[in-house]
Amino acid sequence: MQSFLATCIVAGTPLLFAIIGEIITERSGSLNLGVEGMMLLGAIAGFATAMSTQNPYAALLGAGLAGAGGALIYAILTVTLRANQTVTGLTLTIFGTGVASFVGQPMLGSTVPAEVSAFFAKRAAGVLADIPYVGPILFRQDLFVYFGYIICIFSAVYLYRTRLGLNLVAVGENTAAADASGINVNLYKYTHILIGGALCGLGGAYLSIVRIPIWQVDVVAGRGWIAVALVIFASWNPLKAFFAAMLFGGLSILGLRLQAMGFSFSQYLVDMIPYLATILIVILSTRKSGKGNLGPANMSRPYFREDR
Amino acid sequence: MKKIFALVLILALALGSFAACGGGEEQPEVTEPELTVGFIFIGPINDGGYTQAHYEGAVRMKEHFEGKVDFKYIENVNDSDTQASLTAGQNLLDQGCDVIVGASFGFMEALDQLANSGDYDDKYFLHFSGYMANETNFDNFFGSIDEARYLAGMVAGSMTESNKLGYVGAMPYTEVMIGINAYTLGAQSVNPDVEVSVVYIGSWGDPEKELAAAEQLLAEGCDIITQHSDSTGPQLAAQDAGAYAIGYNLANPAAPNAYLTAPIWHHDAYYIYAVENILAGTFKPESYYGTMATGYIALAPMSDLVPAEVQQLVEAKKAEMVAGTFAPFSGYIENADGTVLCEEGQSLDRGQIWAIGQLVKGAK
Repeated sequence: MQSFLATCIVAGTPLLFAIIGEIITERSGSLNLGVEGMMLLGAIAGFATAMSTQNPYAALLGAGLAGAGGALIYAILTVTLRANQTVTGLTLTIFGTGVASFVGQPMLGSTVPAEVSAFFAKRAAGVLADIPYVGPILFRQDLFVYFGYIICIFSAVYLYRTRLGLNLVAVGENTAAADASGINVNLYKYTHILIGGALCGLGGAYLSIVRIPIWQVDVVAGRGWIAVALVIFASWNPLKAFFAAMLFGGLSILGLRLQAMGFSFSQYLVDMIPYLATILIVILSTRKSGKGNLGPANMSRPYFREDR
Repeated sequence: MKKIFALVLILALALGSFAACGGGEEQPEVTEPELTVGFIFIGPINDGGYTQAHYEGAVRMKEHFEGKVDFKYIENVNDSDTQASLTAGQNLLDQGCDVIVGASFGFMEALDQLANSGDYDDKYFLHFSGYMANETNFDNFFGSIDEARYLAGMVAGSMTESNKLGYVGAMPYTEVMIGINAYTLGAQSVNPDVEVSVVYIGSWGDPEKELAAAEQLLAEGCDIITQHSDSTGPQLAAQDAGAYAIGYNLANPAAPNAYLTAPIWHHDAYYIYAVENILAGTFKPESYYGTMATGYIALAPMSDLVPAEVQQLVEAKKAEMVAGTFAPFSGYIENADGTVLCEEGQSLDRGQIWAIGQLVKGAK
């Protein structure tokens, strides 16, 4: 059981980055459906940087920049040019998928350099690793996973406990009021769309550098879409995002584990579970009463200052 | 000044073209290939597994014929899309290919249509792993990979300490199950207590899932992982866990600290054979089935991690297979549900092996 939960954390980490990235993006009032594309951009950029520099930090930086680069396209189109957010996001997904396949073509089948793999090998986090039961699950992981924990806590504090974070929430809830109170709305939107994109890129890079250190086409395989849905499940809260990510990471490998234990059933059926669960959760969370469950009030509405 | 410059330029150009012509006459004439083979691949040629094995076969075939035969290919053709497969085939024919090879099961329908369309009666169509053929120019080819699987099973059975072997399978389909059965029988031949746990991932290749499946098998106590799937993911998972791995398709030690060996295909053995027949005008569809004896199937050279006595044991069995005195599916074999599949002293023929449809005792 313990070993299974430890693998759930690994399977959930790419989702965690993507969910938090999308939460931060949506908090600024922007529904970016390009998560899948930004994850793929991050995955290929991280992998390519790792291959060419053999430096894990450079790989992380490359992945974050690529994700942010994808988000920049989205931000220019939707914030400055006020294009439709849904369509722009979808386009970004298609774009990211294409770029990753094209750039990755010559690297297919190659493996992440040993220096980088060694950096991301599993290591115990000091005394924390000795906490009974929980320690081996949470704190005998790789550095990327720990980085995910930090991002999770940091973004929760940022959103609920800092002036900048509260301003961001205000922009997403009522852009006009935020503008009137002197918040630089476009700056907030741009910054947080870019940060969100960078986190999505890192989520993709976790897959291509740590999880599956071999480059392959479509390494993200639909996780970006699940992440978009899980933002609703997490009710735009980074701490709840952690549980959402780990739960769905677990669901994605549950079937394999059961087969390994000797149960026989169709893997196709099990493959449906995360998606069925996503539908179920989206229904359940929209039925719950309370304002927080509907998301930022001004989401996916382009903001025209003169429109007030 | 300008005029002189222009004149010099014209002269230079004229001289240049004369020189070019002269050069052409002096050089030995480039031999036009007599035959061009067109390959339709399901994946990219550098996938490190299935498609790369076919591509390398094509390269070796070209080398074998020393300029007489050339090849072209189209990669990443979706084999569940008959229209796309047809277009790829037609495209290769338009580029002057005389032989079309469809290197995945799903290309069967498209090849069948092209071969029997009447427009390409002077062309040849070869299909890997299918069952369709015609009387003149359409044939299928496959091989007894179960022989190599049996040998790989012997390696694993000899080296396991937990007596639990992990097998990452694509899907519960006959071809995969034959492999699992052969591997299990091989392992049991040297170690009767051994058990094989199978996890099906539901596709022919998905590195993430292959890796995750291997991880779960390792967590359940398996100490040697093998695979019937396309990527090196299971090998990497085994290496991470300090276990051993047996690959597939290609001798591709992606995880040098885990890699023992791999059942592999030498597709050039068939390509060369078929092209020779086509060139000689003696080609006749026969549902080619390559074996270890014909060099189509092999066990990749065992790595240094395999003890010398195990290597000797396996080599001896291999010699028996090549000599035709031993077949993997022979002697007393029992199914997982207890029904007897094969009696002592008997062996199953190809049709019977493909009709088993379930796992043998010891595999689950």
